[in-house]
Amino acid sequence: MKTKLSVTLGRLKLKNPVIAASGTFGYAEEFKDFLDLKKLGAIVTKTLTLKPRQGNPAPRTCETPAGMLNSIGLENPGLEIFIKSKLPFLKRTGVPIIMSIASEEEPEEFLELVARINLIKEAAAIELNISCPNVRGKDNLISQDAEATYKIIQEVRKITDKVLITKLSPNVTSISAIAKSAAEAGSDALALINTLGGMSIDIENRRPKVAAGIAGLSGPAIRPVAVKMTWEVFNAVKLPIIGMGGIMDTASALEFMIAGATAVGIGTANFIHPGVGAEIAAGLKNYLLKNKISDINKLIGSLEI
Amino acid sequence: MKNFQLQAKILAQTKIKNSYWRCTLRAAPIARLARPGQFVNIKISAGLTPLLRRPFSIHGISGDKLTLLYEVVGQGTQILAQKKAGESLDIIGPLGNGFELKSARPALIVAGGMGAAPLLFLATKVKTLVLVGAKTKEQLLCVQEFKKSGCRVKISTDDGSAGFKGRVSELLKHNLAGYNTIYACGPKPMLKAVAEVAKKYKLPAQLSLEEHMACGIGACLGCVVKTKDGLRRVCKEGPVFLAEDLIW
Ligand SMILES: Cc1cc2nc3c(=O)[nH]c(=O)nc-3n(C[C@H](O)[C@H](O)[C@H](O)COP(=O)(O)OP(=O)(O)OC[C@H]3O[C@@H](n4cnc5c(N)ncnc54)[C@H](O)[C@@H]3O)c2cc1C
Ligand SMILES: Cc1cc2nc3c(=O)[nH]c(=O)nc-3n(C[C@H](O)[C@H](O)[C@H](O)COP(=O)(O)O)c2cc1C
Repeated sequence: MKTKLSVTLGRLKLKNPVIAASGTFGYAEEFKDFLDLKKLGAIVTKTLTLKPRQGNPAPRTCETPAGMLNSIGLENPGLEIFIKSKLPFLKRTGVPIIMSIASEEEPEEFLELVARINLIKEAAAIELNISCPNVRGKDNLISQDAEATYKIIQEVRKITDKVLITKLSPNVTSISAIAKSAAEAGSDALALINTLGGMSIDIENRRPKVAAGIAGLSGPAIRPVAVKMTWEVFNAVKLPIIGMGGIMDTASALEFMIAGATAVGIGTANFIHPGVGAEIAAGLKNYLLKNKISDINKLIGSLEI
Repeated sequence: MKNFQLQAKILAQTKIKNSYWRCTLRAAPIARLARPGQFVNIKISAGLTPLLRRPFSIHGISGDKLTLLYEVVGQGTQILAQKKAGESLDIIGPLGNGFELKSARPALIVAGGMGAAPLLFLATKVKTLVLVGAKTKEQLLCVQEFKKSGCRVKISTDDGSAGFKGRVSELLKHNLAGYNTIYACGPKPMLKAVAEVAKKYKLPAQLSLEEHMACGIGACLGCVVKTKDGLRRVCKEGPVFLAEDLIW
């Protein structure tokens, strides 16, 4: 039986729905000993800013029940150094590269970043990270405000033909409302969810276990929240969704697709099983064969409720 | 250097004393490549608890076997200590840079507490004077093993229950004469004190650091330390750093 595993995000065609999520796959080179990178549908870069960023003080991570907290603070070398030192390896993988970007201070930074990325032929898409909880001095995220979300996407849309993905925060009262704004403003796809705000405390010294205090929760602990949000957004907007949050294996990836995700992002699981992305891609194919489903697109949003 | 992920069979699991354990694994490709100062990252249980891998220094190598020395400090190490010979562990390694062995000789080794773990492997290559420090006599580690590997050993305890009474960094000051390099591993305050001694006496020191890490392979950017050249990852550019490069 022939099975079709390819999916599309706007004009971006992926050979399979498995995407390495931003900030959890380095710049891919770190993983080359653990899997055949070509088996991935796409790779999202660690979020890039215009200037290099140091990020937050250590400790930056701690384990929590079935999950982890992180406050890396968007440490990255900045776009230009990325282009020189990290992009060449990513290009050689032949896998579609999704460039995740964020602005540090002014939303205008997004426009400068996008203008530069427009010139990079191999950048298959741009992911606007308007949902990173770990940038100091920002207690409100763009993706917590429907109007601000609309405004920035609309401005970026005006200056780029690249496939535009918007990454949403779960730390909102209604993720559907934000998703609608993103859709109206011209985003081609949505990625959700970024980490959930969280805290963990060392009771011996009464300090937060992660130096920054508040951090972002990821891993299996957040999966039910993420599946629910995928389902909500699937019902609210027509855009393709990259669903993520606690995917550890094929079964959890399938949950997201059935809830309405066109593709799935693998995050924290990469830290634990660096080859898991390729395993899930193979696992999805086996699931289709076993259940005699000819095309994975038939699964998307097939939840019976 | 190439990394491997493999199922390593536990060949032996022995309690040394108190909460200290030694575990021997069969891990041929890792054992073949490993250098002193490198570590492995272990998925202690197949399920979600603990979720992340736990890093452990390579304590010794013999043929295709690799030995770890660890202390039970929390959930992960508790579960590890219950694993029996015959069971397997999913391990990744060899990770990190390891000690630079071509440094100026003669060199001197300073082990504080659990810091003995990577230093015994080093001592088998650099047979020299080893200063072993701990809070109490009960917590001294590997004194016999260092001797067996051909090293001379001097001891310090904070409470004076064995050897020199005081910090191992104090003992270091009294034993520097004639040495050109210091290798050290131990708790952060001890390493800082060693760095100060090294600076005062203008000796290069290679320090093996610990920091919380999620991935161990350089991807998560969790385990950074401050250096003169900016932040560096303990798992990748470390765990061994030159004392003069670190900002405390
Ligand atoms: C490169 C490296 C090499 C190491 N080598 C050894 C070794 O050879 N032998 C050994 O016994 N331990 C070693 N450690 C420390 C070891 O990884 C931790 O003790 C272990 O992860 C604790 O796991 P747990 O689940 O039992 O404890 P948890 O429940 O996770 O934590 C218990 C306590 O241990 C502390 N801890 C947890 N992880 C770390 C860490 N990465 N670094 C420092 N403290 C930590 C926590 O702050 C807490 O106080 C090493 C750490 C690193 C980074
Ligand atoms: C250590 C770490 C760093 C992350 N860095 C970024 C980042 O730079 N940009 C971003 O959009 N998301 C980042 N994320 C969020 C993930 O891409 C993902 O949205 C989230 O972790 C949920 O998925 P998971 O549970 O599978 O990890 C990071 C997550 C972790 C754990």
